[in-house]
Amino acid sequence: MRTTSRHRGITRMITAIGVLSLVAACSGGNGGNGTAPAGGGYPDKNITFVVPFSAGGPTDTVTRMIAEPMAAKLGGKIVVQNVEGAGGTVGAGEVARAQPDGYTVLMHHIGMSTAPALYQSLGYKPLDDFQTVGLVTEVPMTIVARKDFEPKTLQELVTYVKANASKVTLANAGIGAASHLCGLLFQTAAGVKLQEVPYEGTGPALTDLVGGQVDFMCDQTTNTSGQITAGEVKAYAVTTPERVKSLPDLPTTTEAGLPQLKVSVWHGLYVPKGTPQDVVQKLSEALKAALADQKVIDQMAKLGTAPVKAADATPEAHRARLQEQITTWGKVIADAGVKAG
Amino acid sequence: MELLDNLALGFSTALLVQNVLYCFVGVLLGTAVGVLPGIGPTATVAMLLPITFSFEPVTALIMLAGIYYGAQYGGSTTAILINLPGESSAAVTALDGHEMARQGRAGSALATAAVGSFIAGTIATVVLAVAAPPLARVALRFGPAEYFSLVLLGLIVSVALARGTTLKALAMIALGVLLGTIGQDIYTGTPRFVFEQRELYGGIDFVSVAVGMFGVAEILRNLENEHTRTLLVSKVRGLWPTREDRRRIVGPILRGTGLGAALGVLPGGGHVLASFTSYAVEKRISRRRAEFGHGAIEGVAGPESANNAAAQTSFIPLLTLGLPAHPVMALMVGAFIVHGITPGPNVITEEPALFWGLIASMWIGNVLLVLLNLPLIGIWVRMLHIPYQVLFPMIILFAAVGTYSLSFNAFDVYAIVFFGLLGYVLIKCGCEPAPLLLGFVLGPLLEENLRRALIISRGDATVFVTRPISGALLLLAGAALAITVLPAIRKRREVVFAEDD
Repeated sequence: MRTTSRHRGITRMITAIGVLSLVAACSGGNGGNGTAPAGGGYPDKNITFVVPFSAGGPTDTVTRMIAEPMAAKLGGKIVVQNVEGAGGTVGAGEVARAQPDGYTVLMHHIGMSTAPALYQSLGYKPLDDFQTVGLVTEVPMTIVARKDFEPKTLQELVTYVKANASKVTLANAGIGAASHLCGLLFQTAAGVKLQEVPYEGTGPALTDLVGGQVDFMCDQTTNTSGQITAGEVKAYAVTTPERVKSLPDLPTTTEAGLPQLKVSVWHGLYVPKGTPQDVVQKLSEALKAALADQKVIDQMAKLGTAPVKAADATPEAHRARLQEQITTWGKVIADAGVKAG
Repeated sequence: MELLDNLALGFSTALLVQNVLYCFVGVLLGTAVGVLPGIGPTATVAMLLPITFSFEPVTALIMLAGIYYGAQYGGSTTAILINLPGESSAAVTALDGHEMARQGRAGSALATAAVGSFIAGTIATVVLAVAAPPLARVALRFGPAEYFSLVLLGLIVSVALARGTTLKALAMIALGVLLGTIGQDIYTGTPRFVFEQRELYGGIDFVSVAVGMFGVAEILRNLENEHTRTLLVSKVRGLWPTREDRRRIVGPILRGTGLGAALGVLPGGGHVLASFTSYAVEKRISRRRAEFGHGAIEGVAGPESANNAAAQTSFIPLLTLGLPAHPVMALMVGAFIVHGITPGPNVITEEPALFWGLIASMWIGNVLLVLLNLPLIGIWVRMLHIPYQVLFPMIILFAAVGTYSLSFNAFDVYAIVFFGLLGYVLIKCGCEPAPLLLGFVLGPLLEENLRRALIISRGDATVFVTRPISGALLLLAGAALAITVLPAIRKRREVVFAEDD
């Protein structure tokens, strides 16, 4: 009696592990299983928008903003899924391997163009494994410092960091983050090598900047404008060709005398290579419609950004941008000797 | 008087019908997602954020905040009933809470958690109302050096989590710290222990470790002894805490609230320490130290209160400075912006109705949570009457679905299989999962802040003692270490730690 029930106990334990493995195995096929015929009927099932970053981040917010009007235009339903990890390369890799039927779409930002230089074994090639759909938005960045930091203008900042290169600290939100890239570009433009202090995400970095633990950083307007208007941090310039509506007094880097420093966190939509052209066209048209939606324009304005021009929300313009950025960042990253893995 | 005016403004805002309604929706959703490990408040808030775009700003924020602190309530339920903690604070609750459930005192444990959370929530709301801006200024003086010293103190104090020998507890902490190093190093980008698996670049998720080491390992252990019983709990004793219980939980609740409220203010991870520290403190000062780990009600009351107080005060950096301490708060920053409000120090003066309304709504939310949770206890406890051969596959499915929903990654589910087996082997060796989890959570914080402090100081290690707050914390850590080590020197070690043997 005792032995049989012991025996049954062990059988059950094995069952328990079996059930778990089975669930894991079934869920493994996630992302584009099934081969629904694309083309005329598209979309006849839910479309998944993969966001390779955490829910609630700027990229996620932008995706959710355009998902609804895009779905309305396409006449289907869009589900947003966050597949995080390794600077967005996990989610991008998953989409690269998905069925090219237009039901798995990737939203990615500038990181798409920096990944080939940052990662040794990427498992996919941005230009070869993806079909571009269109650009979405370009989020401006700002150069900000702790409020009691000496330099008052961008030019003073450049002079100051050159003179005090051994003391100054430059914060960023982690390897490959937009703030890191902008920081690299600043160092190249100013011709100086500084001590970088990486953080896990923008929140902690900005907290230490407000607390005066680090000297300065470059980050997206979405994160910094509140602190700038409240006077908790000192702002030097915005990194886009034009000034930002929410910060009308802040000069551009060109106006402030550092025109080499131009960077924006551009976002774009991708589908796996081999997706039928009419499907890509439909997605691109839907994107254009969403970007012309007044609600989307208003919501983006509140985030300190704006939709791209209709001409940029096309596969061709997007691909050209991707190509140009891969070249630009490949050089900047190689010169700085940065490797993410 | 100004405070009363402000509170009156707050309550007049928070008590508007739609605000109370959405506060209720928020805490209800929060409780629901808190119960399921994995589907956390972050994912829920992210999904609901677009819906709130059409709300009044204050209504939207009241609901989103409700989801966050509601989840802290719900998280303890599965930890107590089926040893399935969904986050670090719930793992501490599981230690004694689940033991209580096994002894048939699940009702008491759940009621203690709910009441403790309510009292803590109420006191922490008052703290928020009275002292938010000055506290936030103090929190900003915590730089990397201070956080390093604080985490070190927390690690030393928390050796008390161990039920068995100190040596095994230290070994488990070390293993946890090592597991915590898996993933990409944030300073150099170097992948550590990833074995070419891209999924490991971001590190192992806490939920996978906790669900595997606690929940699945526990199931394996139960199934092994199946001949002894068919129900998880043979008999359920009274649903409510006895008079003796009520007397015993007052102190822990108040101390837990104080600790949690203080630690919660620190945006760099203070709230993670709240429940661990509270448990350690209660165990150290209790006259019934031997009961800890075997169903001591203080071990539920203290950490649950600390956790909820910290959840409430962690809004301080967000509301007064616009600095998010948690991913949910980062989402709320997004909600502020979408509604045209720039989060930052100006909110309190420019949007007083929003600021005070949100604070008042937290107290209302706590009332709603207690009203919602107390009647549910009877239903939850009935779950334990389900025959175990039906219950355990459900728990496993529950765990797998919850973990999968973290990032829609099958890898996280494979990870619970691995940690379930590892946890089972460790239990067999007399090693406990709690210290391992502690090391896993605090290890990365310790390393990150140590290295950051040294980067900023250009390698000058004296910053840890020359910065006053950091120096004071290190002194405390030294004292705590002495208290832990001295009994061992006096050969009293067995009495303190080896309670199992």
